[in-house]
Amino acid sequence: MNAIPAPILLMENISVDFDGFFALTNITLSLTPGDLRIVIGPNGAGKSTLCDTIIGRVRPTAGKITFKDKLITDLPEQEIVRLGICRKFQTPGVLPTLTVFENLLVSAQKDRSWWRSFTRSSRVTEILRAEEIMMQIGLQERRDVFAADLAHGEKQWLEIGMVVATDADLLLLDEPTAGMGPQDTQRTAKLILSLLGRHAVLVIDHDMSFVEALNGYVTVLHQGQILKEGSVAEIRADPEVSAVYLGRSDDDHIIET
Amino acid sequence: MQPKYVIGVIVLLSGTAAPFIISTYELSLLGRFLALSILAMGIMLTWGEAGILSLGQGVFFGLGGYCLALHLKLEGLNLANGDMPDFMVWSGVSKLPAFWYPFASPIFSLVCVVIVPGTFAAVFSWLVFRRRVGGVYFALITQALALAFSTLLISQQAYTGGFNGLTDYSTMFGESITTTGAAKVIYWITFVLVVGAYFFLRWLLASRYGMMLRATRDGENRVRFLGYDPVPYKVIAFSIAAMLAGVGGALFTLHAGVVSPALVGVVPSIEMVVWVAVGGRNILWGAIAGTLLVNFAKDLISSALPSLWLYGLGTIFIISVSFLPAGIAGIFRAGSSEDRIVRRFLTRRKLSSAE
Ligand SMILES: Nc1ncnc2c1ncn2[C@@H]1O[C@H](COP(=O)(O)OP(=O)(O)O)[C@@H](O)[C@H]1O
Ligand SMILES: [Mg+2]
Repeated sequence: MNAIPAPILLMENISVDFDGFFALTNITLSLTPGDLRIVIGPNGAGKSTLCDTIIGRVRPTAGKITFKDKLITDLPEQEIVRLGICRKFQTPGVLPTLTVFENLLVSAQKDRSWWRSFTRSSRVTEILRAEEIMMQIGLQERRDVFAADLAHGEKQWLEIGMVVATDADLLLLDEPTAGMGPQDTQRTAKLILSLLGRHAVLVIDHDMSFVEALNGYVTVLHQGQILKEGSVAEIRADPEVSAVYLGRSDDDHIIET
Repeated sequence: MQPKYVIGVIVLLSGTAAPFIISTYELSLLGRFLALSILAMGIMLTWGEAGILSLGQGVFFGLGGYCLALHLKLEGLNLANGDMPDFMVWSGVSKLPAFWYPFASPIFSLVCVVIVPGTFAAVFSWLVFRRRVGGVYFALITQALALAFSTLLISQQAYTGGFNGLTDYSTMFGESITTTGAAKVIYWITFVLVVGAYFFLRWLLASRYGMMLRATRDGENRVRFLGYDPVPYKVIAFSIAAMLAGVGGALFTLHAGVVSPALVGVVPSIEMVVWVAVGGRNILWGAIAGTLLVNFAKDLISSALPSLWLYGLGTIFIISVSFLPAGIAGIFRAGSSEDRIVRRFLTRRKLSSAE
């Protein structure tokens, strides 16, 4: 079924312990380059913690993570990012007092060393890349608007755009449709599908209509453990998964602005 | 010509001509306050643009001031002969302390005015930011630093002049610095440095570094998880602010003819932040305007009723924070989207300032 040649990301037996509370227990997960993975699960299941662990914001108490055959479990955050993993936060992490274009420019910058920042202009290739992504996320009309002034959905797209602009091989998108209406949700699904191939994408979400639109391989997390893995149809039909979601509405996620 | 250029030219011309227009006393006040405004522009850089609130800028101001004062106390003395500054003689010191000797050179002292605060700030802030200490905790640490620095100065009476500080200078580069002619020259030097600092910071804030600094202020984590190390950006801003404070301190010492612990401790450090809060922490000229305004007000109020000044200061601060979060300069772009963003940003920061 899934012949996985060389995984781009491999998490082996990862556990995360917050002072006695196990947010993740013995997680093993692997991602193929250019491929899509969807992670669903009720609130508090440990989905955001999973992203945090990959990106180095949270350090696992056990297990190891390899990215492109390199052990990254103990690397500093910015080095993990520079290897090619970029994450969108659950609460939109755009830079509010920078314009849409500046947000993308900061992200697209290839040379991240501080001593070369004392010039006025960015490289042409980076400017073009930022412009290109602005079209892709549909914000070209909003180029010079401060990110703080964007609508909630636009902020989500901008942050997806920022993550894409880094040209990372693996994108982690934590609840990219939180706070969006059905129309915008479908647009977001299209946007994410257009990224595949060039980037491997791990998407976290609650919204089943969104998950169906993406139609990728799904991992269900529950209480820090992998409950089920399979196609969307398999997950839909699974009685155990339904039991976990029973009594929960799809839009009970916390939205902060 | 655009109105802002007209205003710029008027300010430059009247600033240059001020020694011929206003009285000697007014000129000495203006010169002092302009020296302070160099420091204030540094606070604009760190607090406004980098989101780093320092309650210890008095330390860097003092380092600059003392570096120059050490030299001024040695000018005209014959060190080979065993001459010593007056206060050391009174304190019964038998020999000039070793660290004083290099300050006999005016060039060395002038270099130290910039390098000592700059280096100290770089090392200090690197140690703190590297451990991801920020916000209120950083403000408290800098305040403790100001307290420690003034206490140290007072306790080392024999080497620092103690509570009275260092005063009673006569010459620099062999020229008298107490005549009215000298006062004019010192004023012009100050004015040129204010203008220089202004344009330097404008350039800096328009560079990619300036954009990265604002990005770091907006979302340090976001920037880190885009692959940047936010620490150097913050350290550089803090060090530049410290150097500007040092230059301001040295110029102030020349104008006032004294530097003392009373100018560098906790209360003056907080006052410095108030100038910038009043003027506007996100607009460069606002920092200068706020400094001049608050200090002229201080001069008026405290010469009439000295005990009232601290209440006056508190009132000014409360009014500006409650009604003018973007300061006086903010009034001039009220309603612009920049102003709205700054306001919203400032309120948000207030709520989450412990972050
Ligand atoms: N830094 C932390 N310290 C302690 N507990 C945490 C921390 N971060 C998350 N948790 C807990 O771990 C669990 C999983 O959280 P999270 O990964 O955010 O869930 P999800 O994203 O699936 O809603 C929650 O119970 C949460 O309270
Ligand atoms: Mg979450």
